[in-house]
Amino acid sequence: MTSSKTVFTMSGGRVNLDRRPVLRGIDLSVEPGEAVAVLGANGSGKSTLIRALLGLIPLSGGETLLYDRPPARFREWWRIGYVPQRLSVGGGVPTTIREIVASGRIARQRRLRPTSAADREATGRALAAVGLAHRASDPVQALSGGQQQRVLIARALAGEPDTFVMDEPTAGVDSESQKLLAETLSVLVEQGKTVLLVAHELGPLEPLITRAVVLRDGYVCHDGPPPHAVGTHALPGHDHVHPHAEEEPVSPLDWRPIS
Amino acid sequence: MIELLQFDFMRRALIAALLVGLVAPAIGTFMVQRRLALLGDGIGHVALTGVALGFLTGTAPVLTAVLVSVLGAVAIELVRARGRTSGDVALALLFYGGIAGGVLLISLAPGGSNATLTSYLFGSISSVPVEDVWVIGLLAAAVLGVLVVFGRELYVLSQDEEVARASGLPVRFLSLLIAVTAALTVVIAMRVVGLLLVSALMVVPVATSQQLTRGFTSTMLLSMLFGMISTVGGLTSSFYVEVPPGAVIVIVALTGFVLALGLGRFIRRSRPQESTP
Ligand SMILES: Nc1ncnc2c1ncn2[C@@H]1O[C@H](COP(=O)(O)OP(=O)(O)OP(=O)(O)O)[C@@H](O)[C@H]1O
Ligand SMILES: [Mg+2]
Repeated sequence: MTSSKTVFTMSGGRVNLDRRPVLRGIDLSVEPGEAVAVLGANGSGKSTLIRALLGLIPLSGGETLLYDRPPARFREWWRIGYVPQRLSVGGGVPTTIREIVASGRIARQRRLRPTSAADREATGRALAAVGLAHRASDPVQALSGGQQQRVLIARALAGEPDTFVMDEPTAGVDSESQKLLAETLSVLVEQGKTVLLVAHELGPLEPLITRAVVLRDGYVCHDGPPPHAVGTHALPGHDHVHPHAEEEPVSPLDWRPIS
Repeated sequence: MIELLQFDFMRRALIAALLVGLVAPAIGTFMVQRRLALLGDGIGHVALTGVALGFLTGTAPVLTAVLVSVLGAVAIELVRARGRTSGDVALALLFYGGIAGGVLLISLAPGGSNATLTSYLFGSISSVPVEDVWVIGLLAAAVLGVLVVFGRELYVLSQDEEVARASGLPVRFLSLLIAVTAALTVVIAMRVVGLLLVSALMVVPVATSQQLTRGFTSTMLLSMLFGMISTVGGLTSSFYVEVPPGAVIVIVALTGFVLALGLGRFIRRSRPQESTP
């Protein structure tokens, strides 16, 4: 089920946003089965890198391949499970948690084909994996920020992809749920799945991470074993600002909803 | 109710009202979700130019309205997708252009005047000719067909455009599909409530059912029910009391919203508080 194809190959990747260079020449490749953490300060370009790797924003220089194909010609999107960095889920209309999570199956579904038993089972497993099965028919707008983040994770899990791309999946998520996510992800990594995630604090995820890529000012300034002993705080470029705490610094234990 | 059905014009009007009540809130749900609630208004303004073009060229105004409002909707969508801050200004220009173009073209049409446009601005459901009922029926079938075939994808798109793209969905095509479907709906609703009130039928029933539901599908289905109740209820009462049907339909819809607002409060209060893990 895992192929020998390299999952992500970026060479000399450059991205400008509003004519300002955000990525200034990134070389990065991720092999199947790796569990890579992208680290770096706020604004160092982590989300931009992840979007560029998926072809969601165009490169202004260099090239990037997704399973050996340029993203525009990539067709096997069911292999990718993307968890975007979001402050809130939903929109103008109420929607249940189950509806959102079930929509993670979309890349595996065909037009006019009704939802299958396999779809429903995968949705149920994904809901259980983030500990929200008992609230499946509640509107997602009624959840706290951290719970909404778990819904987004469950949506990616429901698609049963080969590669998980998660932008700060643990931001605003309490330590109990972080442990649950770490357990789920380590089972998936054992099965040979690939994980590429952005994090500020690895926390319970640390044991399963096989490699850390640290960004600074649009360059990769460290690519290698995760900084177990030193911790992310000692990394260059880490500015000790929690991603979504606006007024006062918040300790990782003192959890509160984002947004 | 039975005596209404004895009149040909009333039968036609009721069919048109039912179709509009069914279709407008369905597509409206996606527009409200994408925070494009005013898209219907924009397309409505542009459609006026289409109506006037029909009078000028001697073509059925419904057909030219379909053509021009689809073009307008595509233009609006392309401007929106560019995502520049000047986007809403560009939209505004398009709206004003639509009204001005309509008034200008109608004055050039033989025997045309602003009064000709009035029935399109405010609706004239009781004078819907048979062929218009057919056009409305076909358009309504097309809109419902789009929702049945692409509904799942449109849901993902309207939740998160980036995730839709990372799921391999044809995002540009689907966005245009919503815009074009909205344009078709505006033309359908034009005869019933008028171009100035079209958006009300796309937005108000959705806002009403939101007060009572927890899911996306249930909101859409309930809003379609509310839509049909409003159009048929408004039309029926305008038969007994001499008032313009378009306005009554919107007033009925708004009354429903106010009632649902109170009922929703009551339901939420009496619902037991969920425990959080
Ligand atoms: N849409 C945009 N237009 C212009 N500039 C942008 C845009 N999005 C991001 N940027 C800029 O690009 C830089 C990198 O942003 P990015 O979101 O990749 O950072 P990040 O490392 O993910 O930060 P965080 O830890 O806060 O999530 C920032 O300086 C930001 O100002
Ligand atoms: Mg980010």
